Amino acid sequence: MTKVTMTVNGKAVSGEVEGRTLLSQFLREGLGLTGTHVGCDTSQCGACVVHVNGQDVKSCTTFALECEGAEVRTIEGMANPDGSLSVIQQAFQDHHGLQCGFCTPGMVMTAAALLARNPTPSEAEIRHYLEGNICRCTGYHNIVKAILAASGQDVSHLGHGDAVAAE
Amino acid sequence: MYAFELVRPATLDEAMTALGAEEAQALGGGQTLIPTLKQRLAAPAKLVCLSGIAELRGVCIADDGAVCVGGATPHAVVAADAAAHYPALAALAGNIGDPAVRNRGTIGGSLANNDPSACYPAAALGSGATIRTVNRDIAADDFFQGMFTTALEDGEIITEVRFPVPERAAYQKFEQPASRFALVGVFVAKYASGVRVAVTGASEGGVFRWAEAEAALSADFSAGAIAGLSLEADMMIGDLHGSPEYRAHLVKVLTGRAVTAAG
Repeated sequence: MTKVTMTVNGKAVSGEVEGRTLLSQFLREGLGLTGTHVGCDTSQCGACVVHVNGQDVKSCTTFALECEGAEVRTIEGMANPDGSLSVIQQAFQDHHGLQCGFCTPGMVMTAAALLARNPTPSEAEIRHYLEGNICRCTGYHNIVKAILAASGQDVSHLGHGDAVAAE
Repeated sequence: MYAFELVRPATLDEAMTALGAEEAQALGGGQTLIPTLKQRLAAPAKLVCLSGIAELRGVCIADDGAVCVGGATPHAVVAADAAAHYPALAALAGNIGDPAVRNRGTIGGSLANNDPSACYPAAALGSGATIRTVNRDIAADDFFQGMFTTALEDGEIITEVRFPVPERAAYQKFEQPASRFALVGVFVAKYASGVRVAVTGASEGGVFRWAEAEAALSADFSAGAIAGLSLEADMMIGDLHGSPEYRAHLVKVLTGRAVTAAG
């Protein structure tokens, strides 16, 4: 076992891990941060996406020890400091961007990474950026709509994919 | 995964020392190796993580104009930093896997693994790149030696890949949508000395140059120049995604599209 130290959602954390301990395991089992989901464990589905030093990565395909000294951000660190939902999270709620919710943590983290680089992406750019995130409910329409709305763009042309769209 | 020790050297010297141990293996971005370890298809005693070695990361331009990519440079960095110098290379890097994979996966890891359907081998072979390791330079023509096989020796680290910049180039990838690997991918590059055509995803022998197309395109750089050519299906990969005949056909179609895209 080796000691690993990193910053997770702004807090310094450390723990004893094996070489083979994945970042997703360390977050979920070591730190109890179970918001990061493990869907496929083969780097296909993107449910486990977190940010490492500002970059979106699949935490099931990153070793915890590779993140020694890194700044890690998970879905638990996405809400505003007062506990209210962030703009992206609120847009997912407003536009029904989640059905079963399993893929949502990865979708939100990937969306945040996209918007940090490209604050007003087109629908096509959003769909392209989500290539590594699979929604098993196939609810992509409202996920894309939520991200578009979170970027401050008009989504009225995308129509009502649900009963609670806030337009 | 079987248990192993993971070490994270800060310098190339430390990495080479660590790789001298019994059953030690280099870890690039891990986007292929970690899934392989999970399936217990590899069982190293020690993994030597190269991502913390600053001297192996980044894109720079050599005095002769070649684009030099550090061995541990992630695909996303190549996509961004090579765009102004070698757009076809940057575009290829920017379409590997998905965004999260591109933030981790490295050029050295991709070339050392030499997956028969990976994109980077086509860019390296199609550009006549030089693969530089700690102790020698290897021409791309000598580097790729068959599916998952390269000229690298045990413990030999790719420090840099040098790409001579062509007059025109383009990569066309027919994507296998589930894996996002190339069902077939063709990299075409036009140099003053002639045209190079490298094909990935198609052959049982891994990435290869299509000599007949190179000769035809060197004489006439247009999609029509290869209209009369065809490839034998004998050595092509056949699987549930496509038959050998289908892949042979795709090679020709994509070569034509790459020539058109190169302009």
